[in-house]
Amino acid sequence: MKLTPLTVFAGLYLLVLYAPIALLPLFAFNDGTVIAFPLQGFTLQWFAALLDTPALHEATLNSLIIAVSTSVFATILGLFAARAATRYNFPAKGGIVGFIMLPLVLPEVIVAISLLIVLMQLGLDSGTWSIIAGHTLICTPFAIAILQGSFSNMDRSLEEAAVDLGETPWSTFRLITLPLVTPGIIASLLICFTISLDEFIIAFFLSGNEPTLPVYLWGQLRFPARLPVVMALGTILVILSVLLLVLAETFRRRGLKRAGLKDTGGFL
Amino acid sequence: MSQTNGPTLAKGQPIITLEGVQKYYGDYHALRGISAEIRAGEFFSLLGPSGCGKTTLLRAIAGFEDISGGVIRLDGRDMEGVPPNRRPTNMVFQSYAIFPHMSVAENVGFGLRRSSMSSDEKRRAVAEALEMVGLGKFGARAAHALSGGQRQRVALARALILKPKVLLLDEPLSALDKKMREVMQVELIKLQREVGITFILVTHDQEEALVMSDRIAVMFEGEIAQLDDPETLYRRPNSRRVAEFIGMMNFLPARVLPTGPGGGRIALEVAGLGPAEIEAAQCPNGANVGEAEIGVRPESLTVLYEGQGAEGGREAEGTVKEVVYYGDMTYYDILLDGAPAPVRVSMRNMPGRRVLDYGARARLAWDPRAMVLFC
Repeated sequence: MKLTPLTVFAGLYLLVLYAPIALLPLFAFNDGTVIAFPLQGFTLQWFAALLDTPALHEATLNSLIIAVSTSVFATILGLFAARAATRYNFPAKGGIVGFIMLPLVLPEVIVAISLLIVLMQLGLDSGTWSIIAGHTLICTPFAIAILQGSFSNMDRSLEEAAVDLGETPWSTFRLITLPLVTPGIIASLLICFTISLDEFIIAFFLSGNEPTLPVYLWGQLRFPARLPVVMALGTILVILSVLLLVLAETFRRRGLKRAGLKDTGGFL
Repeated sequence: MSQTNGPTLAKGQPIITLEGVQKYYGDYHALRGISAEIRAGEFFSLLGPSGCGKTTLLRAIAGFEDISGGVIRLDGRDMEGVPPNRRPTNMVFQSYAIFPHMSVAENVGFGLRRSSMSSDEKRRAVAEALEMVGLGKFGARAAHALSGGQRQRVALARALILKPKVLLLDEPLSALDKKMREVMQVELIKLQREVGITFILVTHDQEEALVMSDRIAVMFEGEIAQLDDPETLYRRPNSRRVAEFIGMMNFLPARVLPTGPGGGRIALEVAGLGPAEIEAAQCPNGANVGEAEIGVRPESLTVLYEGQGAEGGREAEGTVKEVVYYGDMTYYDILLDGAPAPVRVSMRNMPGRRVLDYGARARLAWDPRAMVLFC
């Protein structure tokens, strides 16, 4: 490959983007408490330390509960909204869909503070369920965006053909619509799960004394001795996120192939 | 299920009756009082430009569109409020709507899911249906691995397996290339004759409608402009608009002359051609004396070569203004003396027949029987 200014730029860009993340696994396996070069040798002790930290396990469990609930709620809401937006025409459709999509660009701090104020005004305790509500709010637009793709890729006359051949609207949904949007549903579940798992601001504001994984991680940063453990945990999270996103994209593409369509640029 | 086997009516009796069918989309008046009878066992076409309401009418018959007024009667039964899955019609969609997650056999057998047949009988019915459309060995194929023509056949087999009373076809050939389209036209005619089911075809292609149909309804702006068999439609279009839509036609200004009572004929003076008499039957309501317009097809005018004479001396002269050579045919645009615009004449090229040159003088023979008066 020729070394043009553009390739140099691209190389630098990727380096700045990913070098910090590459440091994570590097120090996670480093046998030393100080995060500095030169490296001190290979160890798995930081990963072992993860195993006997009960607070971490609790935070992980919290995060999993929140992420699973969020992905299910957001995907169900997204399914309804996406079907309505692609199949029906109703007054002020553009405005309504726009409002639902707004949290996509709304600063999360704003969402988090407003949710906190509402909870306080209502005299309710914040906690796991309030984080689920907040995460569902920010994940639903992603679910809609993914599922709208699945629905609009689907030829409308497929459903009509099934009805024409004697099926009821419900059995048509079950036999035709659902199988064809299933890849989109799975992709939506995975992406919402990943977003919720990584989300910090809303979780930080609303978690109270039940921290999620990112909130727990942030708390650990105050203790320099714990830093390598944080690195180890970070490594696991990065690998998990990448795996989930790859899986989501695989399902989306499989869905397109199944529907016999050309890829028109994915959501990611 | 309400779908019964085979046509119950004798051929020729009305199977679908449309009475003043209206459809509004908001303020848009898509169907403006369609009344027609479609006969059992016929190949019926709805022909018109896009936006004329032909697809809306087809979808209203299938039950996908509620109508705003009028009655659609299918086999004597008012279809008001009957959903598509309970109507004895099946449809071949423009996009074919082949279920992409199923095999060819699963697609074809989809309509049998609710039937009381045993799985053995179903398998045999699917095999027969596939055989009928020439896809005998394709049952196990994945649906998305098919070509356009094959998809079309699967869609046909899938719709016909339920033996509907009426098969509705929404521009079924528009996605195919020209060669494939011609092959499928002939196959559809054969198939229709074989199964004896009433076919209703929606198309914007006048040639396709002429080739395939027993009768054609030409639609403009939500109304039927003319409903006739292809030959009548071609030879006696009832308006200039229909004439322009179907095939090619020359229009010449004419004057209707006053005639004595009970003549049975209408006397005309046609610009460029001269005096002519046509049957009064062409204008059942009578023709107004004065300015009018006639139409004549390019193939009804004949170039006369040296020594040839026209029967009855009906000759006209003009100058060749354009020569378009097609190999088997030559099209001439000839400006007749006394006519305001050139007429197009199509001539079959034959050995010993010279192609006329641009600017040459030409003599034409014409026949008043091939003349249409728009009255």
